[in-house]
Amino acid sequence: MTKVTMTVNGATVSGEVEGRTLLSSFLREGLALTGTHVGCDTSQCGACVVHVDGKAVKSCTAFAVDLDGASVTTIEGMANADGSLGVVQQAFQDHHGLQCGFCTPGMVMSAAALLAENSKPTEAEVRHYLEGNICRCTGYHNIIKAVLAASGQDVSGIAAE
Amino acid sequence: MHNFEFVKPSSIADAVAALRQEDAQALSGGQTLMPTMKQRLAAPSVLVSLTGIAEMKGIRASGGVVEIGAATTHAEVAAGAGAYPALTALAGNIGDPAVRNRGTIGGSLANNDPAADYPAAALASGATIVTNAREIAADDFFQGLFTTALEEGEIITAVRFPVPERAAYAKFQQPASRFALTGAFVAKTSAGVRVAITGAGEDGVFRWTDAEAALSGNFSAAVLNGLAAPEDGLIGDLHGTPAYRANLVKVMTQRAVAAA
Amino acid sequence: MPKDQGIGASSKRREDVRFLTGRGVYTDDLSLHGQTHAVFVRSTVAHGRIKAIDTAAAAAMPGVLAVFTGEDFKDMGGNPAGWLINSRNGEPMREPKRPVLAHGKVRHVGDAYAAVVAETFQQAKDAAQQLADDSDIEELPAIVDMAAALADSSNRVHDEIPDNQCFDWGWIEDNRAAVDAAIKAAPHVTTLELVNNRLVPNAMEPRASIGEYFPGTGDYKLTTTSQNPHLHRLLIAAFVMGMPENKLTVVAPDVGGGFGSKIYHYGEEAVVLAAAKKLARPVRWTAERSESFLSDAHGRDHVTKIELACEKDGTFIAFRTETMANVGAYLSNFSTATPTFLHGTLMAGPYKVPNVYVNVKTVFTNTAPVDAYRGAGRPEATFSLERVIDKMCRELGLDPFEVRRKNLLTKDMFPYTTPVGLAYDTGDYHATLDKAMAMADVAGFEARRAESAKKGKLRGMGLSTWIEACGIAPSNLVGVLGSRVGLYDAATVRVNATGNISVMTGAHSHGQGHETVFAQIVAEKLGVPEASVEIVHGDTSKIPFGMGSYGSRSLAVCGSAMNRAVDKIIAKGKKIAAHMLEAAEDDITFENGNFSVAGTDKAKSFGEIAFSAYVPHNYPLETLEPGLEETAFYDPANFTYPAGAYICEVEVDPDTGKVDVAAFYCADDFGNVMNPMIVEGQVHGGVGQGIGQALCENTSYDESGQLLSGSYMDYAMPRADDVPFYNVDYSCQTPCTHNPLGVKGCGEAGAIGSPPAVVNAVIDALHRGGHTHVTHIDMPVSPSRVWSAING
Repeated sequence: MTKVTMTVNGATVSGEVEGRTLLSSFLREGLALTGTHVGCDTSQCGACVVHVDGKAVKSCTAFAVDLDGASVTTIEGMANADGSLGVVQQAFQDHHGLQCGFCTPGMVMSAAALLAENSKPTEAEVRHYLEGNICRCTGYHNIIKAVLAASGQDVSGIAAE
Repeated sequence: MHNFEFVKPSSIADAVAALRQEDAQALSGGQTLMPTMKQRLAAPSVLVSLTGIAEMKGIRASGGVVEIGAATTHAEVAAGAGAYPALTALAGNIGDPAVRNRGTIGGSLANNDPAADYPAAALASGATIVTNAREIAADDFFQGLFTTALEEGEIITAVRFPVPERAAYAKFQQPASRFALTGAFVAKTSAGVRVAITGAGEDGVFRWTDAEAALSGNFSAAVLNGLAAPEDGLIGDLHGTPAYRANLVKVMTQRAVAAA
Repeated sequence: MPKDQGIGASSKRREDVRFLTGRGVYTDDLSLHGQTHAVFVRSTVAHGRIKAIDTAAAAAMPGVLAVFTGEDFKDMGGNPAGWLINSRNGEPMREPKRPVLAHGKVRHVGDAYAAVVAETFQQAKDAAQQLADDSDIEELPAIVDMAAALADSSNRVHDEIPDNQCFDWGWIEDNRAAVDAAIKAAPHVTTLELVNNRLVPNAMEPRASIGEYFPGTGDYKLTTTSQNPHLHRLLIAAFVMGMPENKLTVVAPDVGGGFGSKIYHYGEEAVVLAAAKKLARPVRWTAERSESFLSDAHGRDHVTKIELACEKDGTFIAFRTETMANVGAYLSNFSTATPTFLHGTLMAGPYKVPNVYVNVKTVFTNTAPVDAYRGAGRPEATFSLERVIDKMCRELGLDPFEVRRKNLLTKDMFPYTTPVGLAYDTGDYHATLDKAMAMADVAGFEARRAESAKKGKLRGMGLSTWIEACGIAPSNLVGVLGSRVGLYDAATVRVNATGNISVMTGAHSHGQGHETVFAQIVAEKLGVPEASVEIVHGDTSKIPFGMGSYGSRSLAVCGSAMNRAVDKIIAKGKKIAAHMLEAAEDDITFENGNFSVAGTDKAKSFGEIAFSAYVPHNYPLETLEPGLEETAFYDPANFTYPAGAYICEVEVDPDTGKVDVAAFYCADDFGNVMNPMIVEGQVHGGVGQGIGQALCENTSYDESGQLLSGSYMDYAMPRADDVPFYNVDYSCQTPCTHNPLGVKGCGEAGAIGSPPAVVNAVIDALHRGGHTHVTHIDMPVSPSRVWSAING
């Protein structure tokens, strides 16, 4: 076992891990941060996306021990300081960008990473950026809409009847 | 996944020393190796992380050559290798954003997945693979599925790409994995044209020499109209027959030429 | 001005807050004191005889607490099929036992035949590998192809079933002679052979179960990924494990999607319960995705020949189908109902067609069990009908819109009894067709096609007019048809002393948003704020009973039960109010949350009545019990019949065969709509899955029964960049005539109506592009298949 220390959602945390302990396992089992979900074993679905040093990373495809000293943000760290939903989270609720909620943490984390890189993405850019996040419930319509809305763009004309 | 000892050296020399241990394996971004280990198809006893080695990171451009440290991520290449636009475009479309933030060029080349993108760029560009021990020409480096010229314990430290006059990569995605079902990298230099195909060949990346000959005479998509890529040696699977892949070899090559 | 609360408002979902902040609680998120970990040993061959399993080495490995094999469960009951189907000759279906763990034989890759429980997951995984290595399984020839399975009695999935056939079903057998004669005499007959491709449901949350046993009381608790916890309790207690139902609690906490796959009881659930008892410790298991691919019930997998007989002007005369439906290696709980009563009964579509006959042979193969997946039987029926109609239009040079118009039932024809036994209560199929055509700007298609052509793309437009039967179902009807359960639902409305309300529903929400929508309905009816209504679901110890959520039934059936319970609350409230207001009960009216004496200003608020019910100081105790809590069961009088018209436009790249969905239009009739935002979301999701089936999802077994598409590396899930924005309309509303809310159900619609619209559009594009030799491409209409068809 090896001791690792990280900053997770702003707090310094430490834990003993095996070499094979995935970041996702460290978060879920070690820190009880179960908002980060694991939906596949081939690094495809993206339910486990978190931010490591500000960048989107699949936490099921990173070893905790490799991230000693890193700063990690999970879905639990995305709300505003007063506990209200953050901009991306609020847009997902406002535009019904989630149904069962399982892919949602990874989807929100990827969307936030996109908006940090590209503050006004086009529809095509959002769809391309979310290529590594699979949702089975929404058909993606309202996810794309929510991300565009979170970027401050007017979405009222999208497929409106 | 089986357990292992994890080491993260900070110099190439230490990494090479660590890799001399029995059943030791190098770990770069891990975006391919880790899923393989989850399936227990790989079970190293020691994993040697290469991502803590500063001398293996970064992008340097000079004299018509772009040199990229082996531990540089796809995202960093996409953002920082502007001197070679075709390469940045390729890097920006590998996998998905989260994969690009971890996966590295050295890891991709050392793994030599038959559907990976970088091998096409390296082979078409006539890149030089720099290791801790020597320099290997791309033409000599790729030796079949998941097989390279690397010796046991040898690690890629950097890759040198001579920047072509014109180049582009066109990829047709496999619908599930989003790897290349077929990708064509075309590079035109004063010495001629090189065309490297990934995703399609049973032995991994290969050069389409008939197209190279035709394009060296006339660098236009139309010159390939009468040419057919041979089906021999092409992959047939759930996602396409050899005939379909042969068609994609031609179509993607033409699209790359048009975009170059 | 849209409402901001209650029925018809697009209330934001209250469940979203916990999901968006990572505070949802899914089964795998729970961590229990003393918990242990189970890992299953799964067959790597499709068909094999278990000769010996040496458990000694695995049992001695570090951390291993228990090892189980099929031998340990052989005296337990089998996991039953929920419907008994009789063959045309009157014989009952063949019903092989489905054991908890495979015993004697393994019958598909992924068939679990042993399990290990250990202190840690990794220890269990290591020991499971050891157990696999120590298993002697003699590989037998695999039975994968359905036609071959029926033809070869020497090779059997189940040794006692010689031709691998479960049943040979005719619907309606009495129609058969007339249909045969009509087809023989018809001026035109179009024949189409097609495959409805096997799909893997792929709820994003993998299946998971935690078993607990409490030695002090002898109680069991199963926390699991279920769409219907009471059904799980019934199957496990009464059929498989043989325990009193009241000794088992089943909890389905937050569940990450189901789409049918989490209706069913699976053997892993019984194993974790039995292991928990043996060890007196909690035993947990969560499927890895690769296990899900191998062991979740798959969907669809029909091979069908359909014939359409018609006049030269396209007037339908008859439909006749012959289908082979794959049930896989074992009968999953609804697997016999799906290709029969959820499929054959829909083969008249929304059309006036006098003659319909359906034949379905269900076949055992060495593949994962197949059962209901979003739409369940109705997508298969719709796809066959809408594809053969499209082919007929091409053969006769007829306009597909006009042919639909000629044959659709008209709104004056309801109620309408079809030749395949359903009684459609209401609908207006011309209205949805007109709406879809207006939305899609059919007249402007040619200009869009020309634009696509400039880019080298072939553009096509495809139509489907669909109907489904949902809100299952009248228990007396399904009982006659072979169902072994009733299909009512139940709800309890508990008004607490302080006036807030807890509603316990038999329906289970795993993405549908019941916690929001059901609260809207109760709030509207009781005149209270939505925020004061809490919806409780997914726990057999809290809710009265319920058959759960599937088949677009939650609102139509459970919502109606809840509505009825609210009516009982109001009726009791009136009695209390009459006493308090010293008026006759008949003079009390209830409106906007107030009980009033008609014609006076005397009134008591809902809160005052609730308080009085629990603090009955001034209360008619002689004639009325205190408290304010009512339970209602609701058994529907009929199915509900949502219907609609879908139009898809595609662009095909002829060089690569890639199909892009350029636009998608849905005009649906769901009856009354409770929350428009959620209805739209349901349609989006269904259409997304339908596009997935049509274009990319391919479940492929090779000849040896190995699953070739066993991960997201090879099973193509639709991604964000595979689909467009969808245009959704639900303004054509003919309310259901037999449930109190007038609702029909919207969950499956998108998955039913969309696949034929997509495929019809692709064929249209190819024809307009001059590739008129292509009459059909089987789903998924993948790039390689399209390219091969063009160049074939």
